[in-house]
Amino acid sequence: MSRVVQTGPEAIAAAEPAVRIETSRWRRFVAQYVSSKAAVISLVVLLLAIAAAVLAPWISPQNPYDLASLDILDAKLPPGSKNFDGSLTYWLGTDGQARDVLSAILYGMRTSLLVGFVSVTAAFLIGAAVGLIAAYFGGRMDAFLMRLVDMQLSFPSILVALVLLAALGKGVDKVIIALIVVQWAYFARAARAAAIVERNKEYVEAASCMALSWHRILWRHVFPNCIPPLMVIATIDLAHAIALEATLSFLGVGVPVTEPSLGMLISNGFEFLLSGTYWICFFPGIALAIVVVSINLVGDHLRDILNPRNEV
Amino acid sequence: MIATIVRRLLQTGLVVLVMSALVFAGLYLIGDPVLMMASPEATDLEREAIRRNLGLDRPLWEQYFIFLSKAVQLDFGNSFLTGESAMHLIIERMPATLELATLAMFISMVVGVPLGIYAGLRPESLLSRGIMSGSVLGFSLPNFWVGLMLIMLFAVMLGWMPAGGRGPVETFGPIELSIFNWDGLRSLMLPALTIATAKCALIIRVTRAATRECLPQDYIKFARAKGLNERRVLGVHLLKNIMIPIVTIGGLEYGQVFAFAVVTETVFSWPGMGKLLIDSIVNLDRPVVVAYLMLTVVFLATLNLIVDIGYTLLDPRVRLGGAA
Repeated sequence: MSRVVQTGPEAIAAAEPAVRIETSRWRRFVAQYVSSKAAVISLVVLLLAIAAAVLAPWISPQNPYDLASLDILDAKLPPGSKNFDGSLTYWLGTDGQARDVLSAILYGMRTSLLVGFVSVTAAFLIGAAVGLIAAYFGGRMDAFLMRLVDMQLSFPSILVALVLLAALGKGVDKVIIALIVVQWAYFARAARAAAIVERNKEYVEAASCMALSWHRILWRHVFPNCIPPLMVIATIDLAHAIALEATLSFLGVGVPVTEPSLGMLISNGFEFLLSGTYWICFFPGIALAIVVVSINLVGDHLRDILNPRNEV
Repeated sequence: MIATIVRRLLQTGLVVLVMSALVFAGLYLIGDPVLMMASPEATDLEREAIRRNLGLDRPLWEQYFIFLSKAVQLDFGNSFLTGESAMHLIIERMPATLELATLAMFISMVVGVPLGIYAGLRPESLLSRGIMSGSVLGFSLPNFWVGLMLIMLFAVMLGWMPAGGRGPVETFGPIELSIFNWDGLRSLMLPALTIATAKCALIIRVTRAATRECLPQDYIKFARAKGLNERRVLGVHLLKNIMIPIVTIGGLEYGQVFAFAVVTETVFSWPGMGKLLIDSIVNLDRPVVVAYLMLTVVFLATLNLIVDIGYTLLDPRVRLGGAA
């Protein structure tokens, strides 16, 4: 459609209703979203967590990976203790290496959220491309790609990720690769389902009549209309990715010790848990739970709103 | 009906074959076993001899064929660590995982189905909303996290149950089970609860959705119109119909628990197959990893097949519909 260049006041008049429909749709979406108190609260919590993670170097009381600022005498202090000259309060206690648990959580959140966002974005794009191609070309291409998806989905993601990481080794980049591999198939399936509906609509026919190339039709015309269901999956998958990364790091095949995520912190605290030094493990665990649950609640509500069956 | 089963059998065989090729290819890509087995001082000539001895100089397809024919005989080589047959090591650990998975699925069914039916019958009540919010928690919280919290609460703070290990077992021939022993059951309880938390959440959701779909159907109205008491309407007419999706999901999940048990078994040092897998991955004990993967592939594929066929038998619409 964008090949047709319109000028003059008629064009502006013609374009205006479309814009109004867009804004009113957006307004309706916002209005529907704020109708659920739980969803609003979880969104706020999530945004706070993201802000805390991004701002960690500036807001955390201590840089937990600057060895010079650690004093081994402060190791395993209970929550609320102060350091020896009273200049710093360890609100959530300290761990076995005298790190402030609160600072470690803020830094750990950075790694966890980074891994989650990057892997979900990549899986989203790869999956959407596969799904759109399968839906658009149909036939053998569709059958082949969807068998691939079925096969991928028939294996538990934790098992696939474990084996992949066993082969690739540790590292933030490797965890991201493993997470992309286990997640793309969900997006591919959803994108295909959405694109099959869109494929038969008039605007696609119009676009093909204008002899636009197939990738242009797919990305510029079909893809934008498939985004809502994919967004729902992306949100829920983000929680899944963060939880999976935490699990992998807990099992010792995830991120390296130098860039600990929340899962790594929990794993480090686990050895102290049985001796009653609960805070090293407990608070990172609570932070992880808050992030994962709030993302899930946001996703749950998004699904209710964006479900096409609910549209009037 | 028979044609459907045969076709599904062939499909399952194909999936297993493709997966075996993938596992083999992955094995081939990971690295050179000769470098790991030969001493660092070995000369090229000695390495070449090892390579020939192991048959690694033959063409790839021939190696794959040997791998397959050995795999059919359940021979995946010996563990690098203990020298025992990899298959034997896994089979030895199987009862521990089996009883864990069975108890976990049992708990989640017994708790999940009634809660799900209740939430489906009274979707607006406060309790139903509580159940549904609880189920969001249940499946969004990572498994190891739930395990840790249970350890903290029941093992460290209350001291009711041990924090890990398997406890005493009863032996039945070659099989050791702890489920029939009070102390054994106590150490089985926490890991089983950990897995059940996640699975129960899923069962609740499936049951609730199925109940809500079933309730407005004519046969429920008719059963009520006949004057049957509520217990019979729910216990017979409703339950029979919602069991189809529940059995399907439950069966598939039972298979997934074997994989999920990897995490739970590690948290609780439960000596099952999952713990063995993690230990083997950490120790680069390749034969055990391969044997475990192949076994899981065959197991999951077979389970899918059984669920599919069971589905056909349970649902007369599918059974009598013929080719579908």
